[in-house]
Amino acid sequence: MSAHVIDSQVIVQTEHKEQENYLTAGYSLKSWFLTLDHKRIAILYLISVTAMFFVGGVFASLMRLELMTPQSDLFEPDNFNKLFTMHGIVMVFFFIIPAVPGVLGNFLLPLMIGAKDVAFPRLNLLSWYVYIVGAAFTMFTIVSGGVDTGWTFYTPYSTSSSQTHVVPVVLGLFITGFSSILTGLNFMVTIHRMRAPGLSWFRLPLMVWSIYATSIIQILGTPVIAVTLMMAGLEKVLRIGIFDPNLGGDPVLFQHLFWFYSHPAVYIMIVPGMGVINEVVTCFSRRSIFGYRAIAFANVGFVVFSFVVWGHHMIVAGQSVYSALIFSILSYLVGIFSAIKVFNWTATMYKGSISFDTPMLYVFGFQGLFLIGGLTGLFLAALGFDVHVHDTYFVVAHFHYVMVGGLVMAFLAGIHFWWPKMFGRKYPESIARFSMILIFAGFNLTFFPQFILGYLGMPRRYASYPDEFQVLNIMSTAGGSVLGLGFLLTAAYMIWSLFFGKEAGKNPWKATGLEWEKTTSPPPTENFFETPTVDEEPYNYANRDFTKDFNEEVKVGA
Amino acid sequence: MQSSTVPLFPEQASSFALQVDLLYLFLTAVSAFFTILVSGIIIFFAIKYRRRSDAERPPMTVANLLLEITWIVVPLAISFVMFIWGAAIFFKMASPPKEAMDIYVTGKQWMWKIQHVNGHREINELHVPLGKPVRLTMTSEDVLHSFYIPAFRIKADVIPGSYSKMWFQATKPGKYHLFCAEYCGTKHSGMIGSVIVMEQSEYDAWLGNTKDSSLAEAGQKLFKTMGCVNCHSAQSDIKGPNLEGIYGKQVRLQDGNTLIADERYLRESLLVPNAKLTEGFPANMPAYQGLITEEQILQLISYMRTLTPVVTSNTPSKASTPVTQATPKPEATPAPKPPANSATTESKPSGSTPKSEPAK
Repeated sequence: MSAHVIDSQVIVQTEHKEQENYLTAGYSLKSWFLTLDHKRIAILYLISVTAMFFVGGVFASLMRLELMTPQSDLFEPDNFNKLFTMHGIVMVFFFIIPAVPGVLGNFLLPLMIGAKDVAFPRLNLLSWYVYIVGAAFTMFTIVSGGVDTGWTFYTPYSTSSSQTHVVPVVLGLFITGFSSILTGLNFMVTIHRMRAPGLSWFRLPLMVWSIYATSIIQILGTPVIAVTLMMAGLEKVLRIGIFDPNLGGDPVLFQHLFWFYSHPAVYIMIVPGMGVINEVVTCFSRRSIFGYRAIAFANVGFVVFSFVVWGHHMIVAGQSVYSALIFSILSYLVGIFSAIKVFNWTATMYKGSISFDTPMLYVFGFQGLFLIGGLTGLFLAALGFDVHVHDTYFVVAHFHYVMVGGLVMAFLAGIHFWWPKMFGRKYPESIARFSMILIFAGFNLTFFPQFILGYLGMPRRYASYPDEFQVLNIMSTAGGSVLGLGFLLTAAYMIWSLFFGKEAGKNPWKATGLEWEKTTSPPPTENFFETPTVDEEPYNYANRDFTKDFNEEVKVGA
Repeated sequence: MQSSTVPLFPEQASSFALQVDLLYLFLTAVSAFFTILVSGIIIFFAIKYRRRSDAERPPMTVANLLLEITWIVVPLAISFVMFIWGAAIFFKMASPPKEAMDIYVTGKQWMWKIQHVNGHREINELHVPLGKPVRLTMTSEDVLHSFYIPAFRIKADVIPGSYSKMWFQATKPGKYHLFCAEYCGTKHSGMIGSVIVMEQSEYDAWLGNTKDSSLAEAGQKLFKTMGCVNCHSAQSDIKGPNLEGIYGKQVRLQDGNTLIADERYLRESLLVPNAKLTEGFPANMPAYQGLITEEQILQLISYMRTLTPVVTSNTPSKASTPVTQATPKPEATPAPKPPANSATTESKPSGSTPKSEPAK
């Protein structure tokens, strides 16, 4: 077996006069499914989260089709309820949460800190398998008839009223939670123990700070959702009274526990995306980041404050006026950390040398959409306003602006930015710019009308609605089809580029950072030919001579 | 509603509507300002500092603490205005006026059942008089629901096993949407109805032609037929606590704690009597869980609210006095008469503020 691997190495090196990289290190299924290489695990995640994204996207498209008419005509209401539930579950738990940490975090974290791999490579592989087992439960639920509780599983509906497959899906999410916990643990230890010589905390790329902050939230928060879902499952199966008042439980308790995780989870979703923005905005402005420490500590602020704002999801759920007040003011405080980041990214562009490659266009998109998403969060934190728009399309629009407008934009920025590093080839630039514009325009057309719908009073999760909401719903569906087209186009040219893309070279963007400057594209299995050392601040673009060819000076191993 | 153009605001039909809309405009203005400002700066920088040659080497970024502090302090200050403004409206929404008239709402999959104090019932329709504060006391028979009237800008979750309250004052006659805003299963989007705001005279006429007995009368009947009266009256003080004047009264429990007997406590004591036993009474009451509907519970509570406290022992049974003539008492909400003088004699503000005054 090992002889075979060595053989293939020899062939690659002699025939193509290229050194071996992590992609060419083995072609067998076993070399992928039992790999301990963080980069290969990242590719496994990339394939799985992309698949889940398209599954979730299909649910969304069907839902938008139904909502083109006020009546419930394309689907039975029961099926519509399953559609939005499965859309939410798949997108939240199987795409947004693992997307950036699983794909970009796994691929980049060891490269960015100059390590050979993560601290626990076997645990890393286990995390992916755990994720797949959890996903399999969810897929089973889908094919066996779906679940209709909404992704929030509010009790007592989920435990006492719903006749759908709540238990398997809850079990699936319980299992998937361990993937999140293990990944977070792995990354934390890696960041603590495996930084290259000279790479002090304040020399870390801010992406690493983001991953670190995310990991803390994953480790502290995920066990709470795990036990909460388990209790809901126990109540459903064994009729133990925890949440159902008919069994002596308290339905609002479930909401407290659910949001105690699910609000911090919003930061699990968005903070890694923010990390990507730091790397891309500096590279395409050729400026070091403005306010490094402010951004680094804003991540810490997210960790602390994200755990104390859960009650703003329950303003009309009967909590006391005083707790609502406290949750409201804390929600405003947590908003400040986002504001700090947005302002610093903008200031980074000042006096830069700005180019308009696709990753940077996605950063512009991110800035605009995240701004609207964040600002409408301030709307919702205003108590008297929230009473009106809670559980309406205003909320739906708000969190899609943050999750899709923010995280998906950042994810696409990152995927385009590091694509040459991951696969050694460039995506086609003009078509990528075009599809970015499609996605940006389609997104706004889909979700901006939903703000107005929400203020007009259209509740979320409605299969049918009064006639006067139809115009805005048609706009939203039209936008959705543009958005979907943009995503399909992106997937198509990305796959195309794997085979036909231009050779990228080591550092096509002339970026700073160990992953760009100290190793090849794609990197070898052990990442670096010799352990890199760091003797400068991150994003030290002022010290680079851009007239030089950044792709040369590839250090070929001894 | 009728026009084919897309409206930007729902109709303004309650005293809250304008307040919420003004806050909305303020929030929108601030957000538009910052969105345009930041996007404008990004576009300006992108054009002004666009890469003209690949050899360009931009200068070192210079830290600017003053700038950092500015963009922390200014958003904080603006956020604080939003917080205060939002909280001020929320406080009004959470404080129903004393004189508000009561209406009872029971949600179930998938309909809204409304009971007026005089016994009039309706389903998926709520008729209210113009310009008069109305307080809804709401509960659910099964899962979570949420009572939402967009034209009034208010909603409140309706929770099984608990009572939630909300209030409003309609300002414009008309017919408005009533939605269930909390997902509740198959026909969630069909759990809708109308709120009809009428002039007081019309409302009185509409309300008047009911054949039903009033809520409290129905409760009184239940109180007899279900046998409550056997233990809970002034004469049978040994078996169970005398319920005259119970509503809003401070109750001392067997574990030494005290609480105010509000709807929630009375409901619990009906369904699970032993949960919070009154001091000095044995645990001998049967649990009525599953034997009584939410609507009946509301009727019984309405009846209990009309029971006046016994002033002297020779007033045999106030329970038989006509309900509508209930004398002023603490928390005198059912009768629409001004309760100002009663509030001074024995002030018990809304439900939760304990003004200690032990029963016996």
